[in-house]
Parts: sequence; C-alpha cells; structure tokens
Amino acid sequence: MIPVELTVNGRTYREEVEPRLLLSDFLRHTLGLTGTHVGCEHGVCGACTIRLDGAAVRSCLLLAVQADGSAIETVEGLAANGELHQLQDAFREHHALQCGFCTSGILMAATELIERSKRPTRGEIVDMLSGHLCRCTGYEPIVDAIEQVAGHS
Amino acid sequence: MKPVPFAYVRAESVEHAVETLHEHGDEAKVLAGGQSLVPALNMRLARPSVLVDLNRVEGLDGLDQVNGSIRVGALVRQAAAERAEPVRKRCPLLAEVLPLVGHVVTRNRGTIGGSIAHADAAAELPLALVALGGDVITSRRTIPAEAFFVTHFTTSLEPDELVVATTWPGNREGEGSAVEEFAVRHGDFALASAACRLRVANGRVAEARLAVGSVTDRPELMDTQDLVGTEIDAEIAREVGAAAAQAVDPPPNLHGSPAYRRALVATLVKRALTRAWERAAS
Repeated sequence: MIPVELTVNGRTYREEVEPRLLLSDFLRHTLGLTGTHVGCEHGVCGACTIRLDGAAVRSCLLLAVQADGSAIETVEGLAANGELHQLQDAFREHHALQCGFCTSGILMAATELIERSKRPTRGEIVDMLSGHLCRCTGYEPIVDAIEQVAGHS
Repeated sequence: MKPVPFAYVRAESVEHAVETLHEHGDEAKVLAGGQSLVPALNMRLARPSVLVDLNRVEGLDGLDQVNGSIRVGALVRQAAAERAEPVRKRCPLLAEVLPLVGHVVTRNRGTIGGSIAHADAAAELPLALVALGGDVITSRRTIPAEAFFVTHFTTSLEPDELVVATTWPGNREGEGSAVEEFAVRHGDFALASAACRLRVANGRVAEARLAVGSVTDRPELMDTQDLVGTEIDAEIAREVGAAAAQAVDPPPNLHGSPAYRRALVATLVKRALTRAWERAAS
C-alpha cells in the first residue's frame, strides 16, 4: 500500500492505495464520490472524465498513486452554495441529458474547453464531444447547451 | 477490467528509470501518459510486474528549437505540443497531425514520447516522424525514425533504454507538408494514412519524403526518387498514389478489405502529395 494525499473539490484526503487502483475507482469506492461514472474503463467513452490540476483527463486511465499531490475536480464540485453551475443549468434547459450517465464527464470536459477557448466555435465543441459517448440525446442538445454558456462567458 | 497487481516505481530521474528497467528487464513497463498502456493494463493485455512511472522525472517536458528542428521532450503532452507556438510556426506537419491523435481529453494526458515508443502501426505521430525524417533520442543514442519502428508495438529500443526526446525537422525555405487519413470516426484508428514532405526549388521537386501508415506493421517510407525534378500535377499525383497502393499489402480488418484499404492509400497519397506541393509552391 502506498500513501497518497490529494485534494478533491478543495477538500484534502489522505489514503493508502494499492498501486493498481484506478483513480476512477479511488474516487468512487474509496472516497464515495460516485458522480464520476465508469463506462468502458479503457478510455473510449469519456464518462469518467475529471479535472487533474486543471486538465480534463480520463480517470480510468490514471492510477490513484499518480494523483498524489494533485488537485482534482469532479462533477460534485461544480455546483456551489446550492446553485447549479451555469453549464448544469444550460444542460437542464436544453434537455442535454436523459439517463445522465455521460453527463458528468462531458461537464468536466466542457468546463475546461470554455476556460481555455473562451468562446469555442460549434466545431470546437463537436470536436471535444467526439471523445464522449452519449446514447440518449443525439448530441445536438449538448452542443446547444455548451454553445449557450460559451457565448455568455 | 482491473489491472493485475504490480509494483509501482516513481522514477526520480532518467538514470533511475533506466536502472529500474535494467534490473527488471521484460517484466517492467514504462508509464508515460498511459493513454495506451493503461487500457492494455485494464484489459489485462499487458501484465507487467513492475510499472516505472516517468511522470515526475524533471527535464523531459521541454520543447526547444535546435538547429532548425524542434526537440520535444518525451513527456510533453500532445495537447501542449498542439498549442505550442514553435510547433505551429516551425513544424506545420506536427501541428496538422496532432488534432488527429485521439481526442482532446486523451491528448491532455498522452505524451509525444509515449506514442512514439508505443509504436502502434496506425498511430499518427510515428507516421509524421518518419515522413519528416526526424530522430528519436534515447537514454544512450540517437536513432533515425525509419530505423526506430520495427513492427507492431516493437521498436529498436533495448529493454533498458528510454526515449527521452524526439526531434522534428522544421520547415525550410520552399518546403510544404501535408497529412491525410481515413478513420470511421474522428479519433478512431485510421484505416489508412499518408504524410508527405516536399522541398521545391525553381518550380520543381528538389527533395521528397512520403510515408504511408496504418496499412502495414509500421509507417512505411515510400521510394520517391522518381519525384525529384518533376512538377507535381494531377497525373503524377495519381501515379504516385497508385504506386504506393501497390507497394503495401494491407490485411483485412473489421472496416475494410485489403482492396479497399489499398484504394484508400492511393487516394490519400494523391491528396497529401498534392497539398504538400501546393503549400511548397506558395
């Protein structure tokens, strides 16, 4: 077992982990933060996307030991003081989710895209979404929701 | 879908990583961005007993201009290279190929050195490095790209040898380059790909490099001697494409027969050559 210390959504955690423990399982099973979803577990579906020191990454393709000393943000950290993040609001408004399985990963990738590109084009949003599988919406409402927030931020 | 148990070594330096690899031989695997290795671990296609994590090694994330080339440290993330001004200005082929590698989120973590060392025959970065005539700098020597890639997932690296950087020749006067690929969906492995680098002098081809990817066991450098001294037109581009298609022997896969993939090679080579010519001439 290897000791790790990291922050998730601003809170510090100290745990001991097996080297083979995936960061996605660490978040869900060790810390109980089940907002991060695990779909394919080989980097294809994008459901487990989180932010690691600001970068949107697949948590199923990282080991928990690798995250030692880092700052992680997950979907649980988006809403503040009982208010939904503006992206979450836009997703609700545009009906950009149905079952919600893919949503947390897309939200985390979308927050990075908006911070980095400021006003991403529809093409850039679609390009980002190519790394995320959604089987309910047909994607268009998701693009609409992100585009709305990107246009106002 | 969980990795088998392994020992984890956080390398502190290139020397420490090399020593650990030397000690454990084939039992050890190097972990860089993990965007190919960790899926293989999760599916238990890879079962190393020791994982050597390079991510905390200092000095492997530099991106510098050296003698007209760009030297990219092995740990430079693909997304960082994609956004780096020297890459966009000095090495347009690398800038053009990076958005084709996986997805935004995988490029945030995936490294240039890792993709090169992994040597997937359908990967774009090895294809571009061969087409450009770049080098792989290891912990003990410099290896030209075309001698580095041996076959599927196999390179000329020794078991205790580490990729520390790659060098990507920058665009010179009169040069143009282009890459083309066909994948069923963006981010999927390409069914066929082609990359070309031309130098034009006095309205004619002075130097030409052309590589074809995804259709054999490694990026294949095509014979381009006959191109020197020509002016590329639609007819020549078509002929070069047809010759490239005949020079490779692609296996069938889920998405395409050998004949279909050959047809793709012909078309992609024609397009890459034409675009490289147009860019070099402008």
